[in-house]
Amino acid sequence: MLDQIISRGKKATRDGFGAGLHAIGQQNPDVVALCADLIGSLKMQAFIKDFPERFFQVGVAEANMMGIAAGLATGGKIPFTGTFANFSTGRVYDQIRQSIAYSHKNVKVCASHAGVTLGEDGATHQILEDIGLMKMLPGFTVINPCDYHQTKLATMAIAEHDGPVYLRFGRPSWPMFTDENAKFEIGKAILMNEGSDVTIIATGHLVWKAVEAAKQLAQEGISVELINIHTIKPLDDEAILDSVSKTRCVVTAEEHQRHGGLGDSVAQLLARKMPVPMEYVAVNDSFGESGKPDQLLAKYGLDTPNIVAAAQNVLKRKAVRV
Amino acid sequence: MADIKQLERIASQVRRDIIRMTHGAASGHPGGSLGCADFLTALYFEVMNHKADFQMEGKGEDLFFLSNGHISPVWYSVLARSGYFKVNELATFRQINSRMQGHPATHEGLPGIRVASGSLGQGMSVAIGAALAKKLNGDDQLIYVLTGDGELQEGQVWEAAMFAPHHKVDNLIVTVDWNGQQIDGSNDDVLSLGDLPGKWRAFGWDVLEMDGNDMKDILKVLDKAKARTGKGKPIAIMMKTEMGFGVDFMQGTHHWHGKAPNDELAEKALAQLEETLGDY
Repeated sequence: MLDQIISRGKKATRDGFGAGLHAIGQQNPDVVALCADLIGSLKMQAFIKDFPERFFQVGVAEANMMGIAAGLATGGKIPFTGTFANFSTGRVYDQIRQSIAYSHKNVKVCASHAGVTLGEDGATHQILEDIGLMKMLPGFTVINPCDYHQTKLATMAIAEHDGPVYLRFGRPSWPMFTDENAKFEIGKAILMNEGSDVTIIATGHLVWKAVEAAKQLAQEGISVELINIHTIKPLDDEAILDSVSKTRCVVTAEEHQRHGGLGDSVAQLLARKMPVPMEYVAVNDSFGESGKPDQLLAKYGLDTPNIVAAAQNVLKRKAVRV
Repeated sequence: MADIKQLERIASQVRRDIIRMTHGAASGHPGGSLGCADFLTALYFEVMNHKADFQMEGKGEDLFFLSNGHISPVWYSVLARSGYFKVNELATFRQINSRMQGHPATHEGLPGIRVASGSLGQGMSVAIGAALAKKLNGDDQLIYVLTGDGELQEGQVWEAAMFAPHHKVDNLIVTVDWNGQQIDGSNDDVLSLGDLPGKWRAFGWDVLEMDGNDMKDILKVLDKAKARTGKGKPIAIMMKTEMGFGVDFMQGTHHWHGKAPNDELAEKALAQLEETLGDY
């Protein structure tokens, strides 16, 4: 099963967003899009070309964009806002909180360039806190797909979901390894590999790193159960508990701060329902910096060897407990 | 032809409601609410084409958004008095389990409210979005939004002010409650707004001025504003009001921005406001 997960070329997840937005724009006339001066970065050109009357260029004014989106939603539209993840969340948190989340507006906050893989622009733009910020908002759904195909499917799926959604994706060209015809279900984890020794739960770009790690661990005779968890909220409690009841130890992997990310959501679930040894692969209370995506993933402890090491550590802890 | 006397009678009852609500809750914002009682009465009882049965999308009707959400008492009163819900519910203002939150919210499902407001500076953006939705839906009705003047110190307002003329959002009438007061003092003391009409004109708006405590002028200027919609520019009305208008000891000062009257002062205020429609 693991051997069949291979990279079939590379494309950025943000390209998946652009393709998904265009596709859902064709299917649903209520879908509208807004952008804060980052059309090219968000890959929104195809939508704009075919549906110019349903696109609104807001300029460098993200707060206004979130408010306008809330108003459009009030009028029955399904607005997709597009800008970098930093400007989609931290910069406009109160606008999202009051006008969208508390007001339960059907707005899709779509955020590119999340995490350190944004690269050379550096820490001002590399938000690593956004999952935490957005999952704390009552009623918000938080989704972080892992490759081009999954991002395209997620973009289309959220249009059909009634309620505010945060969709997080990234800048770099990234391996495509999921099925382009898969069914995307919000809140439903995808079991990528069955295993018995350790559960690895990964989201976003780090799903691919987790695949690589699982392959290396298999060579050491360690059987990894690999979960691709695109939806961080609502979390697929059942899938996680099913897996952990078998493996009795967990590693989470995400391109985000350790505080407040996927790992904390999983830890909260396990603390309540099934306490077991757990390790985090995440950024440890630090900002990023300029560099190449691969260099940054390595420097900030988010690379394949980090996931392998975390799995080995958690297995040792499990052995001590047993 | 509008019955100005009748509108003034309604506004008097609305002012009574504001005093009784804030007194009953021992909290809330009577000052700005009293100042805007005439304007909101005119909107809901004369100017706006609005439907009695509340629907969130509001297709085929004019919509109102309140950006300065702290003056919720005046809005709740006008909504109740124009039939969105029973006036008795005004007694629950700011109480536990009420649909009448301190600041307007959709969360409890109060009819008439389409977005939460209170954290300032956001309502104009939302109103612009609603106006764009109307255009997309082929709906020729209008969007009204009220904003405070102190609220104009929020940067988001000017993002919105730049957007609406650029995108020719000409089905939108923004009214600024220009009472010159805010929590910490006068606008001029806190952070001067300068030439307010000039600022809006410079941003590309069609700007009108209005005496917001004169029913006749309100109707005249709102009529003019409506006639000027659909001509490629958004409309902004600089509405001069007095904070606390209608209650002599609350009038023209910032002291009653966010303070409720005690028993004695509530009684004193109510003695100045005729009960015209019956207290709740």
